[in-house]
Amino acid sequence: MKFAVIVFPGSNCDLDMYHAVKDELGEEAEYVWHDSTDLSGYDGILLPGGFSYGDYLRCGAIAQSSAVMDEVKKAAEAGKPVLGICNGFQILTEAGLLPGVLLRNKNLKFMCKTVGLKVENANTLFTNEYEKGQEIQIPIAHGEGNYYCDDATYEQLKKNNQIVFSYADDFNGSRNNIAGIVNERGNVLGMMPHPERAVSDLIGGSDGLALFKSIVKQWREANVSHA
Amino acid sequence: MKKVNIYVTLRESVLDPQGSAVMGSLHKMGYAEVKDVRIGKYLELVISDEVQDIDAHVNEMCQKLLTNTVIEDYRFEIEEAVSQ
Repeated sequence: MKFAVIVFPGSNCDLDMYHAVKDELGEEAEYVWHDSTDLSGYDGILLPGGFSYGDYLRCGAIAQSSAVMDEVKKAAEAGKPVLGICNGFQILTEAGLLPGVLLRNKNLKFMCKTVGLKVENANTLFTNEYEKGQEIQIPIAHGEGNYYCDDATYEQLKKNNQIVFSYADDFNGSRNNIAGIVNERGNVLGMMPHPERAVSDLIGGSDGLALFKSIVKQWREANVSHA
Repeated sequence: MKKVNIYVTLRESVLDPQGSAVMGSLHKMGYAEVKDVRIGKYLELVISDEVQDIDAHVNEMCQKLLTNTVIEDYRFEIEEAVSQ
């Protein structure tokens, strides 16, 4: 399976994302610059964390208008897995690929620590290697991870099982502790925590690895014919 | 040339922790009369006269990039830009 790691000016988790896919999973990965106009050669799209365009205007707002985002939208429409982590999640909401928006943390602080995450939906292409209700330990590192959406949107998210991860404890003010959501079709996931920073016990934990394994497993089942 | 002043404010339904922190500070300084603080953004655009329907253009820019209508409202005013 071949992944594109999209790189914007100011991305800073692109290397971690690349490492997770290439070194820990043994899959193919390539960095793709934000002005690229062709993602047709990739099976999965990864939007890394960081501070694209210095978070100017709003987090993800400038990145959302880059050329590559038209291609990310096409990939999403084609049903390819699209994963946005941290700033990647913010970009996906600004691009309208996911509902809601990420606001400043309620205490106005940048928070960097490992937190408990509850798997709310283990029936997605991103979470099939987890169990529903399982609690995993994943690092967070954000100042603007306070998920907000209006009541109607929240009801939709709940009804369609689009809430994939929630925080075990409230620390940033997110609506109903939402940490990660998918689109209605289920092939676009945005989450604030960093599973790519939890892919080996050497770096303090490996609970994030199953997320990447889930994507690859699903892709293999769908695309590799059994002789 | 036209100068466009755009005011971006948080929707009423959205909490503004920054505004609350500023209100807290004002209270500590003795300004007990302050009942609410909301922080927004102010943008100035200078736009050439070639554009016919400037209102429609500014609205489009606001909706596509300058604001996020999930959480923000905006209003703008257009004035003649004074040449330097």
